Amino acid sequence: MSNEWPLWEVFIRGQHGMAHRHVGSLHAPDAELAVNHARDVYTRRNEGVSIWVVKADDITASAPGEKGPLFEPANSKVYRHPTFFDIPDDVGRM
Amino acid sequence: MYAQEVKSTGKGVKSLDEMEPIERAFQEKVNAGIKIEPKDWMPEGYRKTLIRQISQHAHSEIVGQLPEGAWITRAPTLERKAILIAKVQDEAGHGLYLYCAAETLGVSRDQMTEQLLSGKAKYSSIFNYPTLTWADIGAIGWLVDGAAIMNQVPLQRCSFGPYSRAMIRVCKEESFHQRQGYDIMMKLCNGTQAQQEMAQDALNRWWQPSLMMFGPSDAQSVHSAQSMAWKIKQDTNDELRQKFVDQTVPQAKYLGLCVPDPDLKWNEEKGGYDFGEIDWEEFFEVVAGNGPCNADRMAARRKAWSDGAWFRDGLMAHAHKKQTRNVAAE
Ligand SMILES: [Fe+2]
Ligand SMILES: [Fe+2]
Repeated sequence: MSNEWPLWEVFIRGQHGMAHRHVGSLHAPDAELAVNHARDVYTRRNEGVSIWVVKADDITASAPGEKGPLFEPANSKVYRHPTFFDIPDDVGRM
Repeated sequence: MYAQEVKSTGKGVKSLDEMEPIERAFQEKVNAGIKIEPKDWMPEGYRKTLIRQISQHAHSEIVGQLPEGAWITRAPTLERKAILIAKVQDEAGHGLYLYCAAETLGVSRDQMTEQLLSGKAKYSSIFNYPTLTWADIGAIGWLVDGAAIMNQVPLQRCSFGPYSRAMIRVCKEESFHQRQGYDIMMKLCNGTQAQQEMAQDALNRWWQPSLMMFGPSDAQSVHSAQSMAWKIKQDTNDELRQKFVDQTVPQAKYLGLCVPDPDLKWNEEKGGYDFGEIDWEEFFEVVAGNGPCNADRMAARRKAWSDGAWFRDGLMAHAHKKQTRNVAAE
């Protein structure tokens, strides 16, 4: 049992113009068959209009331990949100 | 249930104060309903229990195709045949979602397959009973998928992200399974006397095994407490079993069928049905490998695996060849 098919991550674009979204993974010998398998495994009920497959080994992920340094700096930058600014009602819609 | 015999660590549940800081942080996350993801720190027991539970669940979906698959060629109409194929194909899909969820914990697909084929890994006892008539296909959809739904709905809230997400997909698909089964039962129960008897006979044979799907009674299952603390189990076996009985008895009445249990009666005080003692001896025999179809099921899985070896290897060889050719052309 050494010749295991590699693992692919599957991304599907749903019906309504949304971005491709990760739905799961599967094993397949090559990219073409990975797409075919993804069709059978993840779109049996019209879940999508487009499929991406990526070899799991080719994905680089951020480490859970980096969560602080990566994402915490955004917390203090509240001015990135429009609600930070008080605009008088008299100005009208903005 | 689909993972009836999952043993988590034998030690009792630790309190927060007894835990090392890292384990404490983990448990507090679980308590707060924050999902645990594959790369997050987790106790070894949590990882091991989940691998066992998810792989047993996956094996059950895969082996579960066999009893129903046996009727695909004998379905009474073309429409029923198409529906049954779709249902069985869904179960294959469920198995695949679950294997992938287990793989995120560091076990390989081949390892899991090997554990199933060697008999080391278990699958649900329910799939070791034979499907003797077409009514059994109705009874399985109605009762077996019905029991599966009862178990899988709370698992959508499981603390482990990949398992929870797989369960959400599975639950979306299960409702069709149960309804197609009940639809078969309705058709038979509105049919000739012979058809009604066939439906009754199927219920008679599948009722007890369906109740066993929820696993041993709470008094006998010593490992529930840790799994509940880790939120990889939300309700006890007996709670789910009771819920299933309360939901199913009125459905049997609607069909005009008689639930094969002389001790079954409504208990006003608890607002549920009392029911007879389950034959646990039979349950443990089936789990140990001595049910009516254990040998057949395992033989079928082993044959499928070895008959498919040349095909899997051939596709892999082709993929390698294509890749080398592409590299050479660049
Ligand atoms: Fe299923
Ligand atoms: Fe199902």
